[in-house]
Amino acid sequence: MAMPADMKEESLTLDGKELTRVRKQLLAKYPSKVARKRDKQIVVNRVTPDGKVPEIQSNVRTVPGLISQRGCCYAGCKGVVLGPTRDIINITHGPVGCGFYSWLTRRNQTDPDSTPDGHNFMTYCFTTDMQDEQIIFGGEKKLRQAIQEAYDIFKPKAIAVFSTCPVGLIGDDVHSVCREMKEKLGINVFGFSCEGYKGVSQSAGHHIANNGIFTHVVGTDNTVQPGAFKINMLGEYNIGGDAFEIERLFEACGLTLISTFSGNSSIDKFANSHTADLNLIMCHRSINYVAEMMEKKFGLPWIKVNFIGAQATAKSLRKIAQYFGDEKLIARTEAVIAAELPEVEKAAAEIRPRTEGKRAMLFVGGSRAHHYQELFNELGMVTLSAGYEFAHRDDYEGRRVLPSIKVDADSRNIEELEVHPDETRYQPRIPKERAAELKSQGLQFADYEGMMPEMAQGSLIIDDISQHETEKMIAMFKPDIFCAGIKEKYVIQKHGIPMKQLHSYDYGGPYAGFKGAINFYQEIDRMVGSRVWSYLKAPWQKNPELAAKYACD
Amino acid sequence: MNTSDSVKEYAMGNFPITPTASATQNACKLCAPLGASLVFKGIRGAVPLLHGSQGCSTYIRRYLISHYKEPVDIACSNFGEQTAVFGGAVNLKLALENICRQYDPALIGIATTCLSETIGDDVPMFIKQYLAGQPEGTVPPIVHASTPSYQGSHMEGFHRAVLATVRTLATQAGGIKQNQVNLFPGMLSPADLRHSKEMVVAFGLEPMVLPDYSQTLDGGLWESYHRIPDGGTPVATIAQAGTAAASIELGHTLALANETAALLLAERFGMRAARLGFPMGIRHTDALLQTLSEISGRPVPAIYREQRGRLLDTLVDGHKHVNNIRAAVYGEEDLVAGLVGYLSEIGIHPVVCGSGGQSHHLAEVLEALVPESWRKELTVLDGADFAAIEAAVEKAKPDLIIGHSKGYAMSRRLSIPLVRVGFPIHDRMGGPRLLHIGYEGAMALFDRIANALIEQRQDGSEVGYTYM
Repeated sequence: MAMPADMKEESLTLDGKELTRVRKQLLAKYPSKVARKRDKQIVVNRVTPDGKVPEIQSNVRTVPGLISQRGCCYAGCKGVVLGPTRDIINITHGPVGCGFYSWLTRRNQTDPDSTPDGHNFMTYCFTTDMQDEQIIFGGEKKLRQAIQEAYDIFKPKAIAVFSTCPVGLIGDDVHSVCREMKEKLGINVFGFSCEGYKGVSQSAGHHIANNGIFTHVVGTDNTVQPGAFKINMLGEYNIGGDAFEIERLFEACGLTLISTFSGNSSIDKFANSHTADLNLIMCHRSINYVAEMMEKKFGLPWIKVNFIGAQATAKSLRKIAQYFGDEKLIARTEAVIAAELPEVEKAAAEIRPRTEGKRAMLFVGGSRAHHYQELFNELGMVTLSAGYEFAHRDDYEGRRVLPSIKVDADSRNIEELEVHPDETRYQPRIPKERAAELKSQGLQFADYEGMMPEMAQGSLIIDDISQHETEKMIAMFKPDIFCAGIKEKYVIQKHGIPMKQLHSYDYGGPYAGFKGAINFYQEIDRMVGSRVWSYLKAPWQKNPELAAKYACD
Repeated sequence: MNTSDSVKEYAMGNFPITPTASATQNACKLCAPLGASLVFKGIRGAVPLLHGSQGCSTYIRRYLISHYKEPVDIACSNFGEQTAVFGGAVNLKLALENICRQYDPALIGIATTCLSETIGDDVPMFIKQYLAGQPEGTVPPIVHASTPSYQGSHMEGFHRAVLATVRTLATQAGGIKQNQVNLFPGMLSPADLRHSKEMVVAFGLEPMVLPDYSQTLDGGLWESYHRIPDGGTPVATIAQAGTAAASIELGHTLALANETAALLLAERFGMRAARLGFPMGIRHTDALLQTLSEISGRPVPAIYREQRGRLLDTLVDGHKHVNNIRAAVYGEEDLVAGLVGYLSEIGIHPVVCGSGGQSHHLAEVLEALVPESWRKELTVLDGADFAAIEAAVEKAKPDLIIGHSKGYAMSRRLSIPLVRVGFPIHDRMGGPRLLHIGYEGAMALFDRIANALIEQRQDGSEVGYTYM
């Protein structure tokens, strides 16, 4: 991967195509102002020997009229972070659409039997369904009634309220209604001001959700759970059962999972999560705020992990064992890895001859476009180009750039909570010396190196790729597989290129952990080997002379 | 819980009226801009543009796409916090410019979201200003439908977009073409749209179908690059709607609306507006074919007489399976009405009819469709959510539920088989290919209903008979 830092872009080619030309084609249709903006979001990867990468503009507003993959603040808050928690009743305060479209559409799985009350409200969709009258006279009364009704029918432990666009505009005080109802009902009721126009993408909603959970839930139950090696899993949303596979591995290794934010989660576990000893971050973008705040307030350190890819899974499990430093745990972890890996390697070896050298593109999420490259590597596939939908510079370039990120007006409006060490409950989990020792052994705390340092020289990184650019990329490169979400899926397949959804997994999965890796290998094998594309041209098209002959006859 | 303050439950029978609740639990309707976007997808070369925050276009795209399994590009003017305060004029102009450059569209259809509606953006004025700044002939026609989702459901958005399109484009008068007919089919499946066009063509007529997303939302693979999927009704054809011999507008409740595309054309150009129900089942398919026969002056083609014969033959053969079966039906009001009309013909008693729609014509329409002796057992809910519908279904204990995928939870909890129709269908293949209309659609639906009942009986049998 190493190459001279002064290497000129002109000399770089990607998959046989000159990158300067590729960039030019991507931007050709845009007015000059738009092209200048997009230019900063399309970067050719160059990694210096000390791991530095070029700057990429990200987390900036999408240009109106460019069809984007991005969702809104509400989607990030209600849909992504809070949606997978089964025992909170989520009420969407607004007109009917927002609640309806986020009605379990992310296909998060959950296991209601793992909490004693068996509550599961994820298959329900509650909304105040605002009408003209509420827009004109205010919707607080209707919200109050909605909370009361939800309570009367379901007797939940908690109710959360999510504001949509009109709510912020008409000035409903959602938070005071929640406080009032919390007092009245004696259960936890809290609100999120996650109106869709806030921020530049769902990322703003993640931050608002993090703030809300941290303020209203984390640390409200100090019960110390039994078990050793207590961890929280952050930024894992149990799409396609990923969390179940990860939980299986934790159990096998002898780790005690206190809480997951928020795949297969329960509000009781959030309340208790500050009693764990280590936070593991899977999706850095959506959840790093909670990890940061828990560290400041309660003293739990966090490390970045990745359970996508068999090698990455093994590495992450080893990191956890290394942190706790317990000989038995280390041995047991190694035993689990040794027991699981052969089957994965066997599957990879069987499939790899059919996938070796195939070319992938990944444009998805705030971590998946990075994580899934692991699985493609294991199949011998090359990632030509990748990018995130809603990530920030640190997710691309690593947290080392955090101090140099300029905060623009859109991000400044999202509250940064001021957090201080808790007077009674703050307790650093490991002594400074031990932390330093682990660091010297290569265990990085509170760090994420980002996607770009791990990508090949000359690969193309595109932030917030538009539909137009997606189509251009497909036309220019004709990759063997393209990964994004359902909105992009069918247009890509129309062009004869297999498209794997990495949001909902095309209703497959799990793809995490060891068993998940095998599932993914098989899925990619099926997709890149599909025969359907070979039938695209009918015999009379393949052989026009013959067709003409028939016509004459 | 029912939806909204204007919930009505019409207990035609003796069921007590359930208390109305203020919140909506599991809505049985979608939002207005979705309906409008669907209409714009039915115009050739059109790009829908939502004026508001980007989440709306993203949510609506993902929802339409997961049903149709086709590309659905919907642009957005991407409001930010500042835009929400200062208005969306600049964003709209930018969006229009960018869409024109990237897609070279034949039309841009703007639907407003809650956000731009709440702040009161004057979109018609923005469009005027934008057009004034562009050289003549360089920008495509722009249609604007006002679609705040706090007013009505996706169906209101749908009909408003049809009306806005006709109002904006259909301005050419003179030279009536006797073989041209306007068809406003309502929210039907792509398969239905194809079938309805075939019917019109079979009478030697040329249909102007609005919207016609039969190809744009149910097309084949592409051998070459398409900026916008093929298909849809050309702008020029819509522009000539005023020269048609007549308009046909489908939908029982739409037929009672005061402002529709067919009425507008009747008023503008003095042409006939035939307002019929969805052509589902025997009587309403007969009515459409008869209307087409009148307009064209031709007899009903043999192919439909044959289809009708096969349908009746099928109904005779399978009547034993469906007679006196009791069913719950939910979904858009016009779909419910169309289905109920058909069910009443084949001996299936509708006992619960639910819709999230709020035209307030549903009860009136159904009363005319259901035989008098059955009415006492029928409960009609409009402006309803699934909580209200499920409560009514639980009381009525029907043998069968007919509706879209969102009723699956109810079907599962109550152990009553669900026959999927309409939109959205996310849990089965083939939603866009479902044929509901015409004799052929009636036959397909009959087979699916009868087979669902047979399957249940067969599975429930201890012996496992292979003759049913």
